[in-house]
Amino acid sequence: MTAPASRHPIRWGEALDAVGAWLLALVWIAPLLFAAWASLHPPGQALDFSLSSPLTFENYRTAWAAAPWLTYALNTLLLVTFTLAGQLVLCTLAGYAFARFRFPGREALFVLVLLQLFILPEVLIVENYAMVSRLALLDSIAGMGLPYVASAFGIFLLRQAFKSVPLELEEAARVEGCSWLGVLWRVYVPASRPVYLAYALVSVATHWNNFLWPLIVTNSADTRPLTVGLSLFGAPESGVNISIISAATLMVVAPLMIAFLIFQRQFIQAFLRVGIR
Amino acid sequence: MPETGAPTRVLDPIARLQRRRHALYGWMLLAPALTLLTLFAFLPTAATFWASLHSRGTARRPSVFNGLENYLDLIHDPNFWTVVGNNLLYAGVTIPLSIALALVMALWADARLPLRGFVRGAYFTPTILPMIAAANLWLFFYTPGLGVIDSFTGLFGLPPVNWLGQPQTALWAIIVVTVWKEAGFFMIFYLAALQTIPPDLKEAAQVEGAGRFTYLRRVLLPLLMPTTAFIFINALINSVKLIDHLFILTKGGPDNATKLVLYWIWEMAFSYFDPARATALTVLVLLVLGGVAVFQFTIVEKRIHYR
Repeated sequence: MTAPASRHPIRWGEALDAVGAWLLALVWIAPLLFAAWASLHPPGQALDFSLSSPLTFENYRTAWAAAPWLTYALNTLLLVTFTLAGQLVLCTLAGYAFARFRFPGREALFVLVLLQLFILPEVLIVENYAMVSRLALLDSIAGMGLPYVASAFGIFLLRQAFKSVPLELEEAARVEGCSWLGVLWRVYVPASRPVYLAYALVSVATHWNNFLWPLIVTNSADTRPLTVGLSLFGAPESGVNISIISAATLMVVAPLMIAFLIFQRQFIQAFLRVGIR
Repeated sequence: MPETGAPTRVLDPIARLQRRRHALYGWMLLAPALTLLTLFAFLPTAATFWASLHSRGTARRPSVFNGLENYLDLIHDPNFWTVVGNNLLYAGVTIPLSIALALVMALWADARLPLRGFVRGAYFTPTILPMIAAANLWLFFYTPGLGVIDSFTGLFGLPPVNWLGQPQTALWAIIVVTVWKEAGFFMIFYLAALQTIPPDLKEAAQVEGAGRFTYLRRVLLPLLMPTTAFIFINALINSVKLIDHLFILTKGGPDNATKLVLYWIWEMAFSYFDPARATALTVLVLLVLGGVAVFQFTIVEKRIHYR
């Protein structure tokens, strides 16, 4: 990195690296760029890439009018809010129990929780569907979110975070008369704020993008999230052309993309800190 | 008291009382999470095993216990072997390919390049797209005759190819989308690991006259081993889980060429209404995932020092 430049007058290695890195980056965002191009041109001219073809927002207008996107977006928003709120409460309590309380059966239970990192809700779709139907939660936001609320990953993450909080902090709070829950709220939660932020970002991104389970649980436009709505919209049977599908796709990914562009650093940090989803 | 050196010698009544209260608090804190885990993980797992041992119930004939019949049915179904073979190929290609690409991306994203922010952002972008949206974007590449790929190859006079419509290419087209989606995500972990490696190591290697590839092979790769193991486990789970794009691109076709296990489970349960066989297949997947978990906890965690 800091090798004297005189030894390599032109650093071919580094130049090649740069070109390679840029090419790969271009290839990687090419699908998005092509979709943006197609969405801004009349369907017939979507693929002749000449700069002289006219720009149009007609595709966006058609796509917007063809499905209840606002309802879908609201459902997605409700879904990620419901899921995240539930996860934060339940995983905090459970993480606290695993980190700071000693009781018989704790280790065995923790192994059972860890096992859920591998036994994903996606795999149990058949019986989870039966369960949601028994609870009369089919076609509801709660039905979509509940299987993910007791997140094994959240529990694991918060347990680790709470374990790294110095015990002296807790003792000081106890001396001042804090109750158990008071200690949790005043000491542990504030001390783990970065972990909460990271987990929240990852959870929102995951559930914003989740598809299979919402597809199974929902059957009306009133509860469908964006991903399911988009999949119905793009189905070949619907006879919609590629320019309009591109427009709809970009509309759906826009909120998350814009959030990502603004918070890119925090986003990547969050994924770094959190590891698995 | 919190878990400090708990007195083990003599348990006076007060200590015992406190210990019991402590246990009670622990269980109370766990109760909400345990309830949901029971409802949506433990009970469904047990119910899956139980249902897999019963026949498919119809209106006239209720389901009856039939032992391993569903499993035998499955392994005598040629589709089963096609689907398992597809998934093995899918895993066998996407896992090493996305890990290798992730490493290359991380090395580039870590190097001092002009436009580094753009490069990092571009690699990471697919990670935050829904798989359904990614599939729509790629549909535009693969459309025969009109798609981006055919427009490009057409410039060289090559004939159009129905990438998603023919069994020889369809699964590969699916694999490309998966690798595109995953590599940037895995890059992040390598990037994090690379930043913990002290730069003097590289200088020392240069002083010793080690070339780039020697340095990569002898120094970086061994140091990145824990990260690679972590990514590998994630990629393994994803090779079961990532099937959303099938719903847009191929629906498992043509002729089952792109049908993966989880997609088949969904299809059996929710299109063919045959939960008996779907649960038997689910049990097999659970066994595989359980095996991965055991592998992770016994071998990977023991041999590789995390944290």
